Amino acid sequence: MDSTVWEYAPAPESRDIANLRASYRMFVDGQFVDGTGEPLKTINPATGEVLAEVSTASTADVDRAVKAARRAYDRVWGKMPGAERAKYLFRIARMIAERARELAVLESLDNGKPIRESRDVDVPTASAHFFYHAGWADKLGYAGYGPDPKPLGVAGQVIPWNFPLLMASWKIAPALACGNTVVLKPAETTPLTALVLAEICQQADLPPGVVNILPGAGDVGAALVNHPDLNKVAFTGSTEVGKQIQRDLAGTGRKLTLELGGKAANVVFEDAPLDQAVEGIVNGIFFNQGHVCCAGSRLLVAESAADELLAKLRARITTLRVGDPLDKNTDVGAINSAAQLARITSLVAAGDDEGAERWTSPCPLPDKGFFFAPTVFSNVSQAMRIAREEIFGPVLSVLTFRTPDEAVAKANNTPYGLSAGVWTEKGSRILAMASRLRAGVVWANTFNRFDPAAPFGGYQESGFGREGGRAGLEAYLDV
Amino acid sequence: MAAPTATPPAPPPDAAPLPADLAEVTRDESTLRRFLHGLPGVDQVGVEQRAATLATRSIKKAAKLWAIDTAISMVDLTTLEGADTPGKVRSLAAKAKRPDPDHPETPRVAAVCVYSDLAGVAVEALAGTSVGVASVATAFPSGRSARSVKLADVAEAVASGASEVDMVIDRGAFLSGRYGLVYDEIVEVKTACGAAHLKVILETGELATYDNVRRASWLALLAGGDFIKTSTGKVTPAATLPVTHVMLQAVRDWHERTGQHRGVKPAGGIRTAKDAIRYLVAVHEVAGADWLTPALFRFGASSLLNDLVMQRRTQLDGHYSGPDYVTVD
Amino acid sequence: MSDTRVTVAKTYKLYIGGAFPRSESGRSYPVSDSRGAFLANAAQASRKDARDAVVAARKAFGGWSGATAYNRGQVLYRVAEMLEGRREQFAVEVAASEGVAPRRAQSLVDAAIDRWVWYAGWTDKLAAVLGAANPVAGPYFSFSMPEPTGVVVVLAPQTSSLLGLVSVVAPVLAGGNTCVVVSGQSRPLPAITLSEVLATSDVPGGVVNMLTGRTAELAPWLAAHGDVNAIDLGGAPASQLVDLERAAAGTVKRVLRAPATEPDWLRVPDIARLRAFLETKTVWHPMGV
Repeated sequence: MDSTVWEYAPAPESRDIANLRASYRMFVDGQFVDGTGEPLKTINPATGEVLAEVSTASTADVDRAVKAARRAYDRVWGKMPGAERAKYLFRIARMIAERARELAVLESLDNGKPIRESRDVDVPTASAHFFYHAGWADKLGYAGYGPDPKPLGVAGQVIPWNFPLLMASWKIAPALACGNTVVLKPAETTPLTALVLAEICQQADLPPGVVNILPGAGDVGAALVNHPDLNKVAFTGSTEVGKQIQRDLAGTGRKLTLELGGKAANVVFEDAPLDQAVEGIVNGIFFNQGHVCCAGSRLLVAESAADELLAKLRARITTLRVGDPLDKNTDVGAINSAAQLARITSLVAAGDDEGAERWTSPCPLPDKGFFFAPTVFSNVSQAMRIAREEIFGPVLSVLTFRTPDEAVAKANNTPYGLSAGVWTEKGSRILAMASRLRAGVVWANTFNRFDPAAPFGGYQESGFGREGGRAGLEAYLDV
Repeated sequence: MAAPTATPPAPPPDAAPLPADLAEVTRDESTLRRFLHGLPGVDQVGVEQRAATLATRSIKKAAKLWAIDTAISMVDLTTLEGADTPGKVRSLAAKAKRPDPDHPETPRVAAVCVYSDLAGVAVEALAGTSVGVASVATAFPSGRSARSVKLADVAEAVASGASEVDMVIDRGAFLSGRYGLVYDEIVEVKTACGAAHLKVILETGELATYDNVRRASWLALLAGGDFIKTSTGKVTPAATLPVTHVMLQAVRDWHERTGQHRGVKPAGGIRTAKDAIRYLVAVHEVAGADWLTPALFRFGASSLLNDLVMQRRTQLDGHYSGPDYVTVD
Repeated sequence: MSDTRVTVAKTYKLYIGGAFPRSESGRSYPVSDSRGAFLANAAQASRKDARDAVVAARKAFGGWSGATAYNRGQVLYRVAEMLEGRREQFAVEVAASEGVAPRRAQSLVDAAIDRWVWYAGWTDKLAAVLGAANPVAGPYFSFSMPEPTGVVVVLAPQTSSLLGLVSVVAPVLAGGNTCVVVSGQSRPLPAITLSEVLATSDVPGGVVNMLTGRTAELAPWLAAHGDVNAIDLGGAPASQLVDLERAAAGTVKRVLRAPATEPDWLRVPDIARLRAFLETKTVWHPMGV
């Protein structure tokens, strides 16, 4: 039978919607000001073109920002009644929603993620985080930390490039709801949406100094987390940097929460709802190009179901459309940076060298920008680097198991413990697996679900502290 | 990428015998039950989410025009009312042949779909065209009648010249677990169809769960149905995207196991070109490009055709059209 | 019979994996009372004893964390019953160790027993108090529950030899963790007697491992140990605090920092110590038919 070729015409979202400006400045004490650090150029990873020049912070700027945050905490925010703080957060939530389209396009431009994801996941969830935490601001006495829990003071927050606006919201919303002020450093490669969020804070009339945003590279982050006048440090990023921060903060008594790397196992039993398991696996590893700390990067499949599942999986992955992040039909966008692409490429080479069997989606790739075709390694053993190291890219490692005990043992055989997945139609097995998997989030018959009401965070080297839910408030209260 | 013309459906290449393991499963009632209950479950939330995500595909320009033409060529233009008359059927047939008189290049629809007593009228009106005649049968829509009556209904349709028969399964038997009975009835209807194509209506709105839809799909495929069809149009909900996903997965998996292509027909509730394009995206990405042909995918619909024609004009003319510019039949 | 009977002196040993070994190093050190009079020799644990203790704690973790909360509560309550049975012995040891008057020693022992009962009652309340049904915006059932962190190292307080010890060990156990405890260095005797209570209670071997010796010698090995999930620095020497915390960062251990001065253990506790060694696990499942 002749197969028909139906090429979807390009359906790009207009980049004009992003209101991209030639230059962006840091946000300190309620004002956009020039930083005295070396300006950086942020690029569109899908094309390599420079999007904007962004002024960065110097050590002196970090100090200015922390002082501004301290003043705002002492004079205004720390003593403002929760009900009043709440109204600012509600305002911000609404304004993010109002500017959703602009933020989504800007996020996709700066980060490389598909517009479908920035539009349907990142931005709405960011708004939801402010909305959810707004409600807590005047109800903290009911959160289980005593009748009148106090804020900590000034929080220094450093976030990664994979969910720039969403991570900023995860950090800022609970901090502000609990009565803290913040100095936040977005990632070097993705500073833009955080600076629009700063503009939203300004438009929402948030008192100056309550939120300060300092673009810059790792050195600015290091200067920030080591600033002596912070009361709290929150970091999301690599385990390596997380450990360094924990070391640096030793002896300071400063409260610390870390949300670090992962190497999640997605465990598929033979009685799984196979078609949805395939979707879950795809969503688990190819969502956001696999730039997700909780990505389901290790597929553990029952040996008896492996062939059927892998055939379905490959067929499904072949339908993934890789390309222009602004195209509404793109499923997998651009790798965030040349450096990240190099890391993925080198780990994939290691997989080849170590004898894993590589399959790559035959999808066409754009001829410029940073792209990596969805890749599946089978015949992977626990000892291989691709089974142990976080690749942070669209690369899945497939291992098999024979018994539930073996599945648990292999799933838990990692220093990480951020997330895990389990797929089976058998209810009691779901609950048994959920309790035996040592991970902060267990998705059963689903994957990569996030909600401000559901606490998120890791075990072991995936970090400590939670974000979201009642449990997430502890990170920003003096308890 | 040329739009397919409304050629009569090629018979699915069913010549190859079923693989032994599949042929075995219909041996007796309990084997059949074990097989159907051994199919992988369908997670409701997962399939609905996948369908919703796929529905966000944005189909533009040439791809859209192609989709509209393809959708028109897949329409089973349907009238299934107690008030149907020969005149109504003739006017429907005229519409089927020339969906847009102002644009004669508009593809013809795949078939008209009528009750068996009017099949002859349709056959006569469509003689010499590529448009097929589908007749519903087997005590449509409820299927609540003696098997002899159902088979007589099929015989009437076939004798009248219908090239396609749309039967309903016995949902009562299915829901009470008498799978063998449902299977046997489809097999007998298939035999009674002779050369006519058999579409098996599952009436998914009465099956209630996706697991049941999957089981009924496999049951119909095992029994020899050329198409599996969602609904009669007389029950709410009729066709939905996630139900169609599950049925597309069934024909895709059937093809994997047997090498045979079987078709899918969502029917009822698909009224707009936008809806139809969403279905085509599902066909494309769930079953595969092979199924993007009227031989393997149909829309059971009536008002859909006019919206497709109207959107087609919009694409060609560059401005929005209005209902007064398409014929009401 | 002579009325000047010679008492049978007790040998104080380590408690590892449910057994009472001497230190593998063969070392011991003299323990004196508050006025400097010799009380006993205690085993001086080595880094290898510490390593063995971690192995024992890890081995016991599955069983203890997997027991029902109700069962853990019963087992821990049983410990309190047995503490009560040794009330006088503890009072004598606490008085000798801490140099407090007998009446004061007795009240400290009573508070320790009551503290143990308080924590025993927490085992099957934690999930209700710290867990949650998460009202997520979608067709999912999402819940969060506390789970034990794993193997916890407890550097026990240096001053309060029993009440302080109980106040830091009981919450670790109530949460379902297993632990390696380094007792107060110069006041280890009540800790060893506590071990004897645990050994004859229903607490499985390995759930609590008690090391006596030099905190400063053992702590760095334990803080850096790859199979330790958390550390309570309460009894660590002030000079080591920064280094221990840095060492703990090597495997992202949860660190309960030492307060500036040893707290007043008689104060009614809150659940902060329980929370310190619990993780929150969030589970999602779709809701469909």
